[in-house]
Amino acid sequence: MAEMISPKDRMKREQVPMPEQNPDERNRNFKEVPLGYTREQAIYEAQRCLQCKNAKCVIGCPAEINIPQFIKKIVEEDFSAAYNEILKTDALPAITGRVCPQEEQCQKHCILEKQGKPISIGRLERFVADWARENNVHGKLPKIEKKEKSIGIVGSGPAGLTCAADLAKLGYEVTIFEALHLLGGVLVYGIPEFRLPKAIVKYEVEEIEKLGVKVIKDYVVGATKSVDVLARDFDALFLANGAGAPRFMNIPGENYNDVYSANEFLTRSNLMKAYAFPEYDTPIKIGKRAATIGAGNVAMDSARTALRLGAEKSYIIYRRSRKEVPARSEEVHHAEEEGIIFNFLTLPIKVLGDKNGNVIGMECKKMKLGETDESGRRRPIPIEGSEFTIEVDIVIDAIGTSANPILARSATGVETNKWGYFIADEKTGATTKEGIFSGGDIVRGSATVISAVGDGKVAARAIDKFLSSGKSLKIK
Amino acid sequence: MYKILKKEKLNDVIYSMWIEAPEVASSVQPGQFIILMVSEKGERVPLTVADFDRKEGLIRIVFQIVGKTSEELSTLEENDQLFSFIGPLGKKTDIENFGTVITIGGGTGIACIHPITRALKKAGNKVISIIGARNKDLIIMEEEIKKASTKLIVTTDDGSYGRKGFVTQVLKELLDEDPTIKKIWTIGPPIMMKVTCNTTKSYAVDTIVSLNSIMVDGTGMCGSCRVSIGGETKFVCSDGPEFDGQLVDWEEFANRLTRYKGLEEKSWNEFRNGNHDCKCGRRTN
Repeated sequence: MAEMISPKDRMKREQVPMPEQNPDERNRNFKEVPLGYTREQAIYEAQRCLQCKNAKCVIGCPAEINIPQFIKKIVEEDFSAAYNEILKTDALPAITGRVCPQEEQCQKHCILEKQGKPISIGRLERFVADWARENNVHGKLPKIEKKEKSIGIVGSGPAGLTCAADLAKLGYEVTIFEALHLLGGVLVYGIPEFRLPKAIVKYEVEEIEKLGVKVIKDYVVGATKSVDVLARDFDALFLANGAGAPRFMNIPGENYNDVYSANEFLTRSNLMKAYAFPEYDTPIKIGKRAATIGAGNVAMDSARTALRLGAEKSYIIYRRSRKEVPARSEEVHHAEEEGIIFNFLTLPIKVLGDKNGNVIGMECKKMKLGETDESGRRRPIPIEGSEFTIEVDIVIDAIGTSANPILARSATGVETNKWGYFIADEKTGATTKEGIFSGGDIVRGSATVISAVGDGKVAARAIDKFLSSGKSLKIK
Repeated sequence: MYKILKKEKLNDVIYSMWIEAPEVASSVQPGQFIILMVSEKGERVPLTVADFDRKEGLIRIVFQIVGKTSEELSTLEENDQLFSFIGPLGKKTDIENFGTVITIGGGTGIACIHPITRALKKAGNKVISIIGARNKDLIIMEEEIKKASTKLIVTTDDGSYGRKGFVTQVLKELLDEDPTIKKIWTIGPPIMMKVTCNTTKSYAVDTIVSLNSIMVDGTGMCGSCRVSIGGETKFVCSDGPEFDGQLVDWEEFANRLTRYKGLEEKSWNEFRNGNHDCKCGRRTN
């Protein structure tokens, strides 16, 4: 029976901290950093929840989870009910529980946030999902009334998977096309094992497949078949192929052998498991000194991966100051604990190499902050005569991505903006071609897993409305 | 999974396989490539399509043993399955009726020029093919190329078969004889493509090369295959694989092919010495 505690005692409690692997150990292994709450910790934390009548936390959740309700079930120690509550709207709970920036979303709206101790909603979500997986508890399959309409989904990342799950639950025939040999998109090629174990992604994808979703791997829409051809075979399409193409700085020496895009570096390590070379065949360069350019989440992932692969020194090179760092504070904190060296106000201007093309260093310039620019941040200005050289063996460009044109080239009538991203209605995901919807990074540019999940939900609803009204891509 | 339907050993180091991949076979065009993985723990390897059969849903690949993956692939037999096989990737060859054209293949590049040669001839071109290798044993697909082109000239470095010498010597003669030749495709080892480009530089003739960079996804996502073309960075997988050979930065291209040389040798040696002791069930020699 749930322990009864008074509201006063409840308010006195502090957040239960997340148990973590020791920084000096974890920076040499690929095991997950946070270890997860124990049963007791989860219940204790859940008991802090005030069960607000008009709960604000839910406003901040793109996955539309009934947060107070699932937390209530934890308090009642009915974890199976808690799991099913989350699954009603979020098909990827162990994933969103780990990689959502909760501090920017649900927890930001928690009434206890004002006291600096919001409920650890993400950690509780993760606890519930992990408990279910470890105890072989599966979501109750909803009663599905089969509908005759079919939907094709391009990409098996968070947007595609969410859209597929929601549409399958509504009874539609759903087929996901994935270009790579594994399902999950950025969840498998981008986010490292130490933040999101791949076995968990595999598990949650398989749960979605149990809803009757068909998946076809090794299928590059835009190459194997065009969007135009797929549009003849399905009643509606959802394009969620991700952003894709890496950006480079366009400085001299950037094509030397040991300069990676973060996409390549992380894909080799995560998707292809180069960290387990030669058991796995894909190699990766392990330098003594690695420099990662940029300070977003992907940069933190890259710098921390380099350290785990054996780099003695792993630097972050960022042209602005600490204050402007775009990565989640938790990621920066973890990186610092692990010994990542931050070089702020530093701009790379040239990569230096030997005659065989191997990187030997990087020439940089010191920067200072000037006036506020259009992004609302102070503009970094180079300091004349401040050039200096830093010795490095590998360079990783983590300065963002741009739209991969392969899919768009094959989609007649689906318009893109000047950066190559699909133009899609915010409220429906509808593109400029009726019956074709889009969401995730191929609309937003580089965004978060949870915003992609939200887009998947929005599109599923709009596709259902589109098809329910009797419309179809097959009807000209 | 993708079944190997027919396997053929073309010589000591080069193999040919027909793979069951109906989706790829239905859309493939000359000049495009595929990416395959031998097993779940394998690497992703790009190979230019050597032939295809749309009706039967088959793709032909031709590969030379140059490291662990290709050697492991060569140990697979008919009815064995490949773990992954995607395509068609890259842009197709620009095929039209140019008049008289030349296609040049060296080593496994002979296989790569096969569908291009056939399509050029079908489009109405007079196609002269030159294929070359170090010696007679290394010449592959002679019958197929002969059938695909209007005229075939074979060269070997040691004179053991066909004309003695390099493909570029024959090429120079042809260009001197016929100033109407407008376009050349040359596919083979980087050094051969580079030397061909040097040969054609002084003639008014487009020289197209097909590059075989190191890739991971093959769809424009990682940038592993980037190459400088006329001073601009391009991706071989999504902008190529064919480029104007006169614009390629050959030194950078050759350097980037050696990115993992040491690690590749380590992996190959372990495979050959049978130090493959994990439980994934893969064959060892």
